[in-house]
Amino acid sequence: MVERFKELGTITFSLVLFTVIWELSVWVFSVSEFLLPAPSVVITTLVLKIGPLLQHCLVTFRETVYGFLMGLVLGVISAVMIVYSRLLQNLLYPLILVAQIVPKVAIAPLLLVWVGYGEISKVLIAFLVSWFPIIVTTVQGMRMVQPEMLDLVKSLQASDWQIFTKVRLPNALPHFFGGLKIAITLAVIGAIIGEFVGGNTGLGYLVMVANYEVNTPLMFAALIVLSALGLVLYGVLVLLEMWLIPWSLGEEEQQMTGFGM
Amino acid sequence: MTENGKAIEVRNLTKVYPSKDAPIVALEDASFEVYEQEFISLVGHSGCGKTTIMKIIAGLLDKTRGEVLVNGAPVTGPKSSTGIVFQTPVLFQWRTVIDNVMLPIEILGLSKEQYYPRAMEMLELTGLTEFKDKFPRELSGGMQQRVSISRALVHDPSLLLLDEPFGALDAMTRGEMNMELQRIWSEKKKTSLLITHSIPEAVFLADRVMVMTPRPGRITDIIDIGLPRPRTPEMRLSVEFTECVREVGKTIGLQYL
Repeated sequence: MVERFKELGTITFSLVLFTVIWELSVWVFSVSEFLLPAPSVVITTLVLKIGPLLQHCLVTFRETVYGFLMGLVLGVISAVMIVYSRLLQNLLYPLILVAQIVPKVAIAPLLLVWVGYGEISKVLIAFLVSWFPIIVTTVQGMRMVQPEMLDLVKSLQASDWQIFTKVRLPNALPHFFGGLKIAITLAVIGAIIGEFVGGNTGLGYLVMVANYEVNTPLMFAALIVLSALGLVLYGVLVLLEMWLIPWSLGEEEQQMTGFGM
Repeated sequence: MTENGKAIEVRNLTKVYPSKDAPIVALEDASFEVYEQEFISLVGHSGCGKTTIMKIIAGLLDKTRGEVLVNGAPVTGPKSSTGIVFQTPVLFQWRTVIDNVMLPIEILGLSKEQYYPRAMEMLELTGLTEFKDKFPRELSGGMQQRVSISRALVHDPSLLLLDEPFGALDAMTRGEMNMELQRIWSEKKKTSLLITHSIPEAVFLADRVMVMTPRPGRITDIIDIGLPRPRTPEMRLSVEFTECVREVGKTIGLQYL
């Protein structure tokens, strides 16, 4: 616990230091505001514009979460089908792979043409980017069962249903949560891509507008809110994981499924 | 109880694994029997078919030829009258110790209320009562294997199959576990088949030691171990014990003994 606090202290210190250096550099070298606004200016903007920022944030949040939940439900269903049917595996895997390989930024305009400029197109993009890691990790988790574990339950004449519920499903959970953590960060990015390409709400849209108006402080403020959104969503999953599968929680695994894409 | 007192009867058992170039004969004409309440050890080099024999007896693997009877009935598939302990503990990480031990009860659809006291009794037998609510990752290797032994015994099987159960443990823990297994066996008197590649371990625990040689897997000898019971750690140093180990070693083809 003491170690944890120390770690937290170090992280806070490095953040504060970074901000101070940034602030000082901007003043010392008198960098113009449209190039790089000082942290104090960004924070002021953040406070002044908190209303609209949160409104746009709520939109992005909604798109991300809906897309992510869609990815979760369909991802788990596809994973189960892939694990239990060779035919479905051969039918689904190429499609899923193609869907994953096509750059989502490139098909975003197409989706907009198909379903319009509303929130649905963003939800779809968020879904498209998030279901792949969920499928892959869930399939892996259900397949990577120790052979002896299967021998053990088979020696007790376990039914297929029992093998599924008592072995494969729980065995997949740590992998599944790893996938969820990757998926949620990707879903945020997916929603933003959608908003970049077309739309009139959301933090991605706000960033674009601020960009056109050369309102760099607002862009930074939007980026901060966006990062906070991603962080909170990720944190919720980490808490859920700790609560639902306290028996897992390997440190190595935590590090493997960090941020980024 | 069978009429002839034989828990396992294996006659001319052959197992061939199909393979692209040449089929692999894992087991050729193995014949032996295990009497009720007897403790049999099966020793041999890695890959000589020891685990194949065990899996066929457990009904987890089909035989190619021959006859296998457990408690007088031909083996056609897995039977709940068998308890298995593997080399690794094979514990379910997501279950606590007690829930791991209760797993066979759940799968067999037996009454949880009725068997819970028995599960607790098994934990007491293996000295794990106070760890019942821990998760497997919180236990040491030896303790994990004790959980797995408790689990193998909980549904009161008539036959205990142990596939190199202590192979992954350090020497000291292994010695302790040997003592523990002997105690459990003498209390519960389950017919036991222990697969191991430690000759001293095989001799220490068994009434009879079966020796296997590889490629093709054959049972070359069955040696009676006349050492008195209960066996003690000191006995491992006795001339009689050393003689038994030497005899088994010779059969297996170890020159230096």
